[in-house]
Amino acid sequence: MSDTLVITNLHCSVEGKQILRGVNLTVRRGETHALMGPNGSGKSTLGLVIMGHPKYEVTEGTITLNGVDLHEKAPDERARAGLFYAFQRPVAIPGVKLADFLRHAATNVRNPERKEGEELMPMKDFRKELKAKMEQLRMNPEFARRYVNDGFSGGEMKRAEILQMAMLQPKIAILDETDSGLDADAVRLASQSIAEIGREKMGLLIITHHDKLLEHNPPEYTHVMLGGRIVETGGRELADELHSSGYDRIRKAYPDAAEENRLMAAKEEAAAAAH
Amino acid sequence: MTTETTTPILDADPIGEINKYDFQTVSKPVFKARKGIDAEIVHQISDMKNEPDWMREFRLKSLDIFFEKPMPKWGGDVALDFQDIYYYLKPTNGQGRTWDEVPQEIKDTFEKLGIPEAERKFLSGVKAQFESEVIYGSLKQDLSDKGVIFTDTDTAVREHPELLRKYFGTIIPPQDNKFAALNSAVWSGGSFIYVPKGLKIDFPLQAYFRINAENMGQFERTLIIVDEGASIHYVEGCTAPMYSSESLHSAVVEISVQKGARCRYTTIQNWANNIYNLVTKRAMAYADATMEWIDGNLGSHLTMKYPAVYMMEPGARGEILSIAFAGKHQHQDAGAKLVHCAPNTTGQIISKSISKNGGRSSYRGLVRVEKGATNVKTNVVCDALILDDKSRSDTYPYLEIAEQDVSIGHEASVSRIGEEQLFYLTSRGLTEAEASAMIVNGFIEPLVKELPMEYAVEMNRLIQMQMEGSVG
Repeated sequence: MSDTLVITNLHCSVEGKQILRGVNLTVRRGETHALMGPNGSGKSTLGLVIMGHPKYEVTEGTITLNGVDLHEKAPDERARAGLFYAFQRPVAIPGVKLADFLRHAATNVRNPERKEGEELMPMKDFRKELKAKMEQLRMNPEFARRYVNDGFSGGEMKRAEILQMAMLQPKIAILDETDSGLDADAVRLASQSIAEIGREKMGLLIITHHDKLLEHNPPEYTHVMLGGRIVETGGRELADELHSSGYDRIRKAYPDAAEENRLMAAKEEAAAAAH
Repeated sequence: MTTETTTPILDADPIGEINKYDFQTVSKPVFKARKGIDAEIVHQISDMKNEPDWMREFRLKSLDIFFEKPMPKWGGDVALDFQDIYYYLKPTNGQGRTWDEVPQEIKDTFEKLGIPEAERKFLSGVKAQFESEVIYGSLKQDLSDKGVIFTDTDTAVREHPELLRKYFGTIIPPQDNKFAALNSAVWSGGSFIYVPKGLKIDFPLQAYFRINAENMGQFERTLIIVDEGASIHYVEGCTAPMYSSESLHSAVVEISVQKGARCRYTTIQNWANNIYNLVTKRAMAYADATMEWIDGNLGSHLTMKYPAVYMMEPGARGEILSIAFAGKHQHQDAGAKLVHCAPNTTGQIISKSISKNGGRSSYRGLVRVEKGATNVKTNVVCDALILDDKSRSDTYPYLEIAEQDVSIGHEASVSRIGEEQLFYLTSRGLTEAEASAMIVNGFIEPLVKELPMEYAVEMNRLIQMQMEGSVG
């Protein structure tokens, strides 16, 4: 049986404000999905809710992986069950070396039954694998000794996210604007890397505004989010259309969702300005 | 909470508790003074040590000062009954010179602390203090051949009186504060180090101290003289077992770093939760000399400790790296003092504190620039990490600047253990407890990476112990 993530009628809110309004989505291992939509449509929220971010409250609907309801599961349990979320803006953890963190994470994810305090995967095996993966991603081995995301450039952060995905080997991976803030070369590299490590082995949900990331990862399905729900699903050609023509047709076709989206985006902007 | 002395320590949560180590060793003191402090006790101590008159007089004078001085206003609340403390214990007859001569019960304690192993692997010179007395010491022959003196301070009074008298009580006089006066009156043990001109010792010299008697005050007295152009790294570690009534630890550490010399003093202190840890540490740094304090504080009921560097001549540099971990029923009032007494002097303070389970940490720091000390540069960075809603952190920076041409930087940040950091790490499969421990270990990394390997491992182990079961 292929590994399947099923999202049914998902509603969620943050601090009393509703963001997702009934999302339905199924992602199977081996499939590539593109998730697109204007700012404020709820794309990142969907990714974070799937991963179990404590800030968001699921008010209705379910998320299941292979039939197991994730509602009461903590983020680490979801990771051990095979989910991965590549952050749009990864947070820095000063003083924690990327390699140390990754050894811990890989051990836990590969051995979900591991109890705290039990041995980590052997250093020798881990090093060998990390070195190989870093070579594959054309990363300088020195990188593993740096502190997690601390002082990383935008490109370095995104590649570190892809490296983590490579090491954790999830069943389903959500990539949240892994292309944002990168120049064309970096996007191409990231796109290739995702294809090399992800395609066929994982189910990919690629959240993106641009088509570069999809070059090496052509989606079988493209979903358009607007105002907190998926309003349209198509194939690769839908992604192409949105890249060339934008969201005007979508907004006109779903005026209620477009209005919700306008309000959500305005709130998001106001919140961003307040910070 | 700092005034609570009736805390049921044995019911306290695992933080900072050393009882996991099961340190408590039954020791039979050869001599134990009665409780309390007065001239008779001071005479007794001096008699036991067979001290010269000048030291006896110094003690008695200091005792008068102690009685006169009010409790210090700088720092936390000290609720101590000075008459309910034992001021002197003598654990063995005479001093052990070789490992074979060290009593078995004391060896057992060292075993639990991992000292013999640490020594074999790492140490070149060891001073270990048990109770008030140095009972074991070894110093590489070639060091003493080069003129290095590394001994306990009691021995130094007998064997190096001229050198000792020149500095003893001059960097921290008994008049300095009530606890310095107390230490001056009843001190015993501690280390005396002299590094001769131009000699650079490239491995750390180490010592261990601990308290092992109920209601016992420990008053070690350390004096380090680093002569011109010499350099040394001295490492002192402290741990203590659990006891149910308060104990007092009040050390005095004086350091003279002379022209062009360098001294680094590293300590990680992990006291039982009922101990008042009130320590005065000060270094004088002369022309182009560098003094570095690396100071880690865990455990204790109240710690008040502000290692100081007085930069006395141009080109002197003072650096202080201080880390405190405050758990339940604990107040870490830690910080640093930098005093610029001469032009072209530079300093740096990095202070990090972690508060957990209702613990309280305070950064209390002084930067003073005296008149005439121009072109002075000092930077203060203090970061506090708070692990839960019950805990507290405060920052009390004092700046006393008497000159215009100075550059003083102060950055302070207080963060709760970041929800975003926790989510990031847990989304990669780490449990919340593992993630918290990782964040805390990362937070103290600047200290840990400065430590010799043995201590870095111990520090990480201590933090691990303190974090266990802490998040839920």
